[in-house]
Amino acid sequence: MRGRITFTRGLALCAAWTIVAFMVLPMLVVVPVSFTDTYYLSMPQEALSLQHYQNFFQNPRWLTAIWQSTLIALGATAIAVGLGTLCAIGCWRIASGTSDMVRLIMLAPIIVPQIVQALAFYRVWIDFGLIDSYTGVILAHSMIGLPYVVITVSAALSNFDVRLEQAARNLGASMAQTVALVILPRIWPGVASGAVFVFILSFDEIVTVLFITSRRIQTLPKMIWDGIQEHLDPTIAVVAVIFTLVVGVIVVIDQLLRARAAAVAARKP
Amino acid sequence: MMRSQTAPYWWLVVPALAALGVFYLYPVAQVLWLSVTEPAPGLGNYTTLYESQTVRNVIWRTTWISLVTTVFTVTLGYVVAYALAQVGRRTLVIMLFAVLMTLWLSVLIRAFSWVVLLQTNGLVNQALIAIGLIDRPLPLLRNELGVIIGMVHFMLPLAILPMYANMSGLDRRVMQAADVLGARSWQAFWWVWFPMSRPGIIVATLLVFVFSLGFFVTPAILGGGRVMMLSEYISFQFQETLRWGQATMLASTLLLGVLAVLAVATRFIDMKRLFGARG
Repeated sequence: MRGRITFTRGLALCAAWTIVAFMVLPMLVVVPVSFTDTYYLSMPQEALSLQHYQNFFQNPRWLTAIWQSTLIALGATAIAVGLGTLCAIGCWRIASGTSDMVRLIMLAPIIVPQIVQALAFYRVWIDFGLIDSYTGVILAHSMIGLPYVVITVSAALSNFDVRLEQAARNLGASMAQTVALVILPRIWPGVASGAVFVFILSFDEIVTVLFITSRRIQTLPKMIWDGIQEHLDPTIAVVAVIFTLVVGVIVVIDQLLRARAAAVAARKP
Repeated sequence: MMRSQTAPYWWLVVPALAALGVFYLYPVAQVLWLSVTEPAPGLGNYTTLYESQTVRNVIWRTTWISLVTTVFTVTLGYVVAYALAQVGRRTLVIMLFAVLMTLWLSVLIRAFSWVVLLQTNGLVNQALIAIGLIDRPLPLLRNELGVIIGMVHFMLPLAILPMYANMSGLDRRVMQAADVLGARSWQAFWWVWFPMSRPGIIVATLLVFVFSLGFFVTPAILGGGRVMMLSEYISFQFQETLRWGQATMLASTLLLGVLAVLAVATRFIDMKRLFGARG
């Protein structure tokens, strides 16, 4: 079969490249637009210009937004990774019907539609006094990110030999020692992968932020959202280019992490 | 004996479960609760579902756009997944990189890019005019077409990845056997490959449909307020009127709709595997 280019396969391959082009097109198109010399959204008319890059890097509002988004994403990642990793390890070791149930419940934030959870956070955050606060956004984002950590860590654990844990315990290690010295060193790529996931998720989250923040918290997505709704500022194209570059780097890192996850888990003791 | 060994591990599970309970499940339960208690106890809020023509239109439009999006996404995604399963290593890496980039790139940025492409003086219209296919710009934005283009683009990686995961696990020798036994390539595809790839198709269909039903950002940006799907309508209504009862009723309806779809789907697939609970 391999090597024989049949008509069907050739056709499928052409179609697939067309679809991949459709997927990549929007990422590429923002590059020339970001260098436009006009004040509206268009291709460069007469010359390439860096004015919108200058605006982005010198405007305190954009810089504050980056800073706030980073802070929130870091906080949410720390909480989600801490809780999610321990939970996944616990469920993996217990491995009963109840723990399977727990893992299923942990997935709720993936299933519940974004608008529903935004409304839910808003309602309860009023009572908790968390509206328009860093704590409020960090908590909400950490809950939204929790399932992804549970999934990636569970996946890493599925390659891990449970007898190693038993050996450690039989040799007198406490549970904390076993987790820290035996389990974590072998599943860290899964943990890191989950962390990357939560960070990006939080950095990009808009629906909940629109509901639970007002003036004080201005995250990057909120700036982009306002920018699109109001006047289609070409500065957003600059943000888009930077995002695309960063995401490209992250995808490469994540793929390396996954390859590493398989290698670390398969390593003989 | 097993019990005494694993029991302490519940201490690792409890913090996450408690946090999720207080900061997530409780708020969501509040939404459901408010929908039957605010402003008065009972199902009064839910009468809007059949009384209001606007709400019925919104729900109908949401379902219809989600269905169209799902059909296009799964069909196009299948082609890419099929190609990924066939090509050599180098092509695979390039294609997969493109798919993963789309998966990870900000939903806002992607919607923004589509605005750049589809607006009246956008690049698609300019290109079509330049090659003489049309002489005045087509309306591609602030209508269902724009919303569906943006949604299909968003959902494609979500469809491709599970279908590719399924296909890469298939035994390719079966195709060789079909070939040796004299099947034409399309026959081998249709009678051998396609049935084997069905589990991936079901998972992809489910994921895309469920995410489409509750999608907010892309329809809101590309629809420009004219193609209101349920999520945007809830937000819009709530900000206009601040009526908790109506907003939570619509949100509950959306949530229950999603759960109903998932409940039906569990008859066809193993949910735990779908969401990776078993790794």
